[in-house]
Amino acid sequence: MQRLIVLLFFSIGALSFNVVAQEAESVEEVLQRQQDQIDVLQEQLDATTDFLEARSVTQLDRTQLRERDASSQTSIGGYGEIHYNNLDANDSAKDIDKLDFHRFVLFFAHEFNDRISFFSELEVEHSLAGEGKPGEVEIEQAFVQVNLSNEVAIQSGLFVLPVGILNETHEPTTFYGVERNAIESAIVPATWWEGGAQFVGNTAAGLSWNAGFHSGLEMYTSGSNAFRVRKGRQKVANAIAKDFAFTGRVRYTGIPGLDVAATWQYQSDPSNKAGDGLDDGTLIEAHMIYTSGPFQLRALYAGWEFSGTAVKAAKADSQKGFYIEPSWRISDKWGIFARMEDVDGAVSLDQFEEFRTGVNYYAHSNVVFKFDIANRSYDLASKASSSDFDGFNIGMAYQF
Amino acid sequence: MIDWIPTYRLRSALSILLWGIANSAYGQIGVYMETEEFLAAAFPNSEPRIDVIWIDNDRREVLEDILEHPVNALRMSYWISGDKSAWILDEIGKDKPITIGVVVQGDVIEMIRVLVFREIRGWEVRHPFFTDQFLNARLADREQQEVRLDRSIDGITGATLSVDALRGVAEVVLFLVQELGSSNE
Repeated sequence: MQRLIVLLFFSIGALSFNVVAQEAESVEEVLQRQQDQIDVLQEQLDATTDFLEARSVTQLDRTQLRERDASSQTSIGGYGEIHYNNLDANDSAKDIDKLDFHRFVLFFAHEFNDRISFFSELEVEHSLAGEGKPGEVEIEQAFVQVNLSNEVAIQSGLFVLPVGILNETHEPTTFYGVERNAIESAIVPATWWEGGAQFVGNTAAGLSWNAGFHSGLEMYTSGSNAFRVRKGRQKVANAIAKDFAFTGRVRYTGIPGLDVAATWQYQSDPSNKAGDGLDDGTLIEAHMIYTSGPFQLRALYAGWEFSGTAVKAAKADSQKGFYIEPSWRISDKWGIFARMEDVDGAVSLDQFEEFRTGVNYYAHSNVVFKFDIANRSYDLASKASSSDFDGFNIGMAYQF
Repeated sequence: MIDWIPTYRLRSALSILLWGIANSAYGQIGVYMETEEFLAAAFPNSEPRIDVIWIDNDRREVLEDILEHPVNALRMSYWISGDKSAWILDEIGKDKPITIGVVVQGDVIEMIRVLVFREIRGWEVRHPFFTDQFLNARLADREQQEVRLDRSIDGITGATLSVDALRGVAEVVLFLVQELGSSNE
């Protein structure tokens, strides 16, 4: 019996040893297989890394922070703004209480190659366009740029003129106030685009320049809109091109925070009609933007001088205006401003002083909510009796 | 036609224009500095090695906070020698990518260059009168939630998005350099 127990014990021990040995062998095999797989993966990883690193030496190894369709050289952007105006006029019949999706804009750009590119801006104004509707569909920019060198290019097609602060850069996230300033509406009729060609150039010292020949204005010489510059825009829509115009600008941005520019424009016949008492016109515009930390000061002057018997008789031969706007960017999210304007345009409707102050809240660097209060006083007593207004405006705007 | 400009002058101007287009230099337009040139300027006395940093979820969150848009990169490569590193990143200004090179010595920016600029406007950001503002910039406060430069960068009217692109890339690079330091500690 004792022998039987010892035999049984050894048999079980031998069997267990055999099982353990088999299991150990099995684990070892598994580990070896896993190690083999790790080695293979490591080799593949090393090869991939070598490939990428080799590539980064021979090519521009840049990491794209924002996804972009590499197969397409076409890009899309845009901006938009909706406004609520609540303005009380002296004559309540002229009160303004309205909600308007003022501008909906899409940009389309395309790079043909590193030398030639296309840029366009398509806009729907006031949300609804058509016969008898308040809005318009407009092509505000559509030009081809040919880079002649790193410093000089030529733009051909339909382009915004290099004049004023807002005309070229009018995305609503870039300025204070629900509505744009009035000078760059009545005197510089922004957004102002024409058809033609212009040279653009820049230097390392921060000096840039524009020189362009383009279509001109077709200003009225009679009626309620006589000699109003804004009403003379042809918008390159079957534009009369008997008389062209020239615009030149020099701009200096060589000191960080400082932007100084001056524009000179000559219209050989601003009505594009000979013998109507409006012979020629010259626009001079100058502006300055100074930014130091959170503080910014904008100031702009623009003035027209027209020649001709009819325009002199209407006392519209000299039209001018200026504005000054200090602002303070309190934080990334908040900014406050105040703006004072004096406009002296062609008709009493364009002759007033305006004060506006308000706040911008940037929910995102490209999304802004705006609020301002405004006061406008017309120069003529007859106008003041009815159209002077006080009120507030609320707006939301975006760009991408 | 333009009655105040004699026709022959207009013809002459057009001829000069066409001649200029036809004979303009055939170098690559918009490329202001090649990679090799940038690296030579960054590492004049040493041969840098290439390394990579992986963009995990925590890092991606910070990058997206800086740039205010989604970031898809899984990893970023850079050149390093000692405590100096050089980075080349693409960030879109208005609608086209700007290729930006940044050199960081220790934890401060030693050099920032626009290598390729493709936008129609905003060219000012490629010149030293603008980029010099970034020299010796570092991150403001490592304890803060937001990653920001220790100084304000004065913008340029009409180039806001290009300016934002450079500022964002500078902050991204300084943050990643800070991360490299943290992972080596």
